[in-house]
Amino acid sequence: MLGGRAVLVSSVSTILFFAVIAVIVVLAPGSEIVAQRFFSPFHLRQSIVGTASTPSVVGAFLLNVYIFAISEVLILILALVIAVVRQIPGPVFFPLRMVAIAYTDIFRGVPLILVLYIIGFGVPGLGLGFVSYLSDVTYGIIALVLVYSAYVAEVYRAGIESVHESQNAAARSLGLSRWQSLRFVVLPQAVRRVIPPLLNDFIGLQKDTALVSVLGSIEAVRAAQIYGASQFNYASYVVAALLFVLITIPLARFTDRLIARDKRRRQAGAVA
Amino acid sequence: MNSSEARGAAPALILEDVHKSFGESEVLKGIDLVVEPHEVVCLIGASGSGKSTLLKCVNLTEPVDSGRIVVEGEEITASGVDVNRVRRKIGIVFQAFNLFPHMTVLQNITLSPRQVLKLDRKGAEQRALELLERFGLADKRDEYPDRLSGGQQQRVAIVRALAMRPSLMLLDEVTSALDPELVAEVLQVIRELAGEGMTMLIATHEMSFARDIANRVCFLDEGTILEQGQPERIFTSPENPRTRQFLQRIIAAGRL
Repeated sequence: MLGGRAVLVSSVSTILFFAVIAVIVVLAPGSEIVAQRFFSPFHLRQSIVGTASTPSVVGAFLLNVYIFAISEVLILILALVIAVVRQIPGPVFFPLRMVAIAYTDIFRGVPLILVLYIIGFGVPGLGLGFVSYLSDVTYGIIALVLVYSAYVAEVYRAGIESVHESQNAAARSLGLSRWQSLRFVVLPQAVRRVIPPLLNDFIGLQKDTALVSVLGSIEAVRAAQIYGASQFNYASYVVAALLFVLITIPLARFTDRLIARDKRRRQAGAVA
Repeated sequence: MNSSEARGAAPALILEDVHKSFGESEVLKGIDLVVEPHEVVCLIGASGSGKSTLLKCVNLTEPVDSGRIVVEGEEITASGVDVNRVRRKIGIVFQAFNLFPHMTVLQNITLSPRQVLKLDRKGAEQRALELLERFGLADKRDEYPDRLSGGQQQRVAIVRALAMRPSLMLLDEVTSALDPELVAEVLQVIRELAGEGMTMLIATHEMSFARDIANRVCFLDEGTILEQGQPERIFTSPENPRTRQFLQRIIAAGRL
């Protein structure tokens, strides 16, 4: 714990640090213009509530939240399937393993924005019945799920491989099948270990929902752009940025807590 | 197999000319061994002599290269044998306990009875609690393994294997990972099992324990059983010079 003197020192250094930054910003030659363009109270308020001709940035942000929520669930499922398929042993399953490996290689390699274009403009062009007539948001979600599942599958795989083989051996020696051992013994331990890196990927996903705007969906960043273009003011971008930060911080703190708890538990285990 | 009488008369375990190699090195070079029901057989020998590999082959954790293994009259090395069914009647306990760290003691013990034997939760828990009670672990039922001492963990691992009601127990150096003061409590459990007539094949470095508990001691050396017999005879007048050499080293190390 910090002592009285340490609290004083840290307070003073914090105040000094931010004071220096504030002075630099305020004394910069263009500071007045920047304050007007980015931090105008009027435009901040206007972009939050929206105008007759421009959408509310906060309202549009709900679409980001929606995309994130749906994608996250689908990613957790698809990625787990890929990770499990990738470690099924036996020559019969070679083709399946190949598919899983090719999948992760391709979708980790191609930039998300290209996948968005290919899915969002390619699939409608195919004329495949209803599949080609889905909404922009749906195509956006599909692209996010495809790309992020490749990353998350690798996170899962690292977790599965971190569970010592002796755990599987113990489970099998008790008569559990390969699948039962995976389900009851290996996966629960693997998932627990990868929760912090998983949450980290989801923080990335929260931000990347903004890219769905390239397909025409009006989410927060797109709404901010519309406001900026019609009012010649960038306060809307500041609002969008704050919204992303606001939703990311709880998840980041939650991740920290899980990591700390995990560390405590391991140390407790070492003592006993 | 056609009558219970015939099964009762069959040896608990037969190994016939079992060979096993890992890459270039042949670890088991033709093992022949018969274990009768209710017999306790101890495998002794230096590290790397093949004791653990032999147990893993019996448990089908490692496939044999050639030879036959017969458990209660059924050849388990035959092709098409259901590995999971065979393992149900063979309990194995490892040197490193290998308890499931994400489960409580009770969950560790009931997992396999519930999933494999399809007992309901109540039945499985009752079976587990009876065993925990018997081995003085009832108060640990809701603890996680990392809160237990090594000796307690190993006793839980033994209970976990017993909960499947195996007809044969394989113990692989079960006290080697324990602090010296924790060894006794685990050996006591094994003694009780032997007293109840459990058939056991035990790989061990605890010579005085082997001498005390075994009906028969087998000395393994470089993948073969060089000498076997009653413990008194093996430990006091070994015939094979390599057995003598091994025991002398053990005595010199103060472990007998």
